[in-house]
Amino acid sequence: MTSTTTTSPTPAASAPPAAAPHGGQGTLLDFRDVAMQFPNGTVALRGVDLTVDRGEFVTVVGPSGCGKSTLLRIASGLENASEGTAEVDTDRIGYVFQDATLLPWRNVEANVELLAELNGLGAGARRAAAAEAIELVGLAGFEKSLPKELSGGMRMRTSLARSLTLDPELFLFDEPFGALDEITRERLNDELLRLFVEKRFAGLFITHSVSEAVYLSTRVIVMSGRPGAIVGEFDVPFPMPRDPDIRFTPEFAELVGEVSHALREGHR
Amino acid sequence: MAVDTRVSAAEPGAVAVAPPRLSGPRPVRRALSPRAARTRNVVLPIVVFVALIGLGYLIALYYDRVRGLPFLVPYPHLVVDRIFLDADFRPDLLEALGNTALIAVIGLAIAIVLGVAWAVLMVQAKWIESALFPYAVVLQCIPILALVPLIGSLFGYEMPSRIIVTVMFALFPMVANTLFGLQSIDRGQRELFQLQGASRLTLLVKLRFPAALPSIFIGLRNSAGLSVIGAIVADQFFQRGRGGLGVLISVMNQRLNGAEMFAAIVVASALGVLVFVAFGWLRRLAIGRWYDAN
Repeated sequence: MTSTTTTSPTPAASAPPAAAPHGGQGTLLDFRDVAMQFPNGTVALRGVDLTVDRGEFVTVVGPSGCGKSTLLRIASGLENASEGTAEVDTDRIGYVFQDATLLPWRNVEANVELLAELNGLGAGARRAAAAEAIELVGLAGFEKSLPKELSGGMRMRTSLARSLTLDPELFLFDEPFGALDEITRERLNDELLRLFVEKRFAGLFITHSVSEAVYLSTRVIVMSGRPGAIVGEFDVPFPMPRDPDIRFTPEFAELVGEVSHALREGHR
Repeated sequence: MAVDTRVSAAEPGAVAVAPPRLSGPRPVRRALSPRAARTRNVVLPIVVFVALIGLGYLIALYYDRVRGLPFLVPYPHLVVDRIFLDADFRPDLLEALGNTALIAVIGLAIAIVLGVAWAVLMVQAKWIESALFPYAVVLQCIPILALVPLIGSLFGYEMPSRIIVTVMFALFPMVANTLFGLQSIDRGQRELFQLQGASRLTLLVKLRFPAALPSIFIGLRNSAGLSVIGAIVADQFFQRGRGGLGVLISVMNQRLNGAEMFAAIVVASALGVLVFVAFGWLRRLAIGRWYDAN
């Protein structure tokens, strides 16, 4: 991963971060012709051009095993692209995994403090950061609970809070709500949007669910089956903050239909 | 587990509605209340215990009256007498118990340190594990009896040799279970640390080691039991110096002191059980808060 230092300031706090033009100076993540071949010969990605700008929430949908997660792994530096350039213009990266990956021996508070602790923050600073993040995800009052005492949704909130303590500029989500029930999932989608509007991070979100993709993002990327390549791109025109009821409008349904169509085309 | 009780046609009320059929309804399990289950878990072992004591009396009676060899299988009350009441024998028994416990504790402590260190070393790299794990298995397979002359001539026939044998008995479960535990973390957890640039040491201290504790405690309990066995077996080979329960058992056997020998055997078994229970309790104390055994 080539990484240049952060220079551009965050966008003005007043403007709603809806459908910002991409490819401009505010680019946080810039993939050019990225391909990924694993040592065992599997080609996971080919020819991926992808940018994520400040103020954008980009969602990637695609069939299972198309290399969507590999995109995030390259963006975070867990893997190196075998071809092309992958630039990330910040080192404040949040990464939310498919599982909550909490440490079962730590209570909510201690789990949320973990990343700050690993980054060498002092006890006072990380306690403050954790308290704020716990408040943000609506877990106040559960600081002393252990992961085994929490529901799946609450565990995911804890995981989210843990990443929030890093105050990320780029937030990577690897199908974080895939294992949750529909109601919990929709509620967490709303909370995530609220956080997005409030904290102004750029998001790169992986999901199987087209309606989740359209609801959450300012732009939806559609990927083909393995090896994953980008086969479609849709701007989502709905303003932020989003009204949960837009899910029931004809415009929303139409866009979901278009994305689903592109997904089916790419899967052939 | 609940007692499996099929609703039979003979039960009142069932007769009229459900005549016996070949493919009847699924067996109905009568759920036991927790209290009843607890009572059962206490009462049944006591019943078995009483039955075993009764059997002991029968066998003792047979050897006493029919075979004329009363010292071979003593009456249970004589054994109890030797353990708790016999003022002549009790000091010997307590001293032997103390020596065995000491050897077991020292051996176990060494096995814990060596076992954890060995496992931590192996988890650092796959090639180290490939190089070293086979020897943990070999250790498990060595017939210790075959090494007795070697250990004896190298380290003498007293305490050091007993400790070495105890360590050999107790080491493998520590190595294997610690290694398994250290490897039990999932990829996401490891990558979470990796993304923050955590060092190997941080990963070990904050992730691998706490995650390994449930396994380590399983190893600990097995090793503790084996260290008691090891200490007693080692006694039988290395009989010089201050002897433990193993020496006492051999000596009483040679002297045909059946009751004393059985007393020593019972005390040795009690020590093994005590250690097993103690480490189970320690485990609950240490990790029961966040880890469910089942």
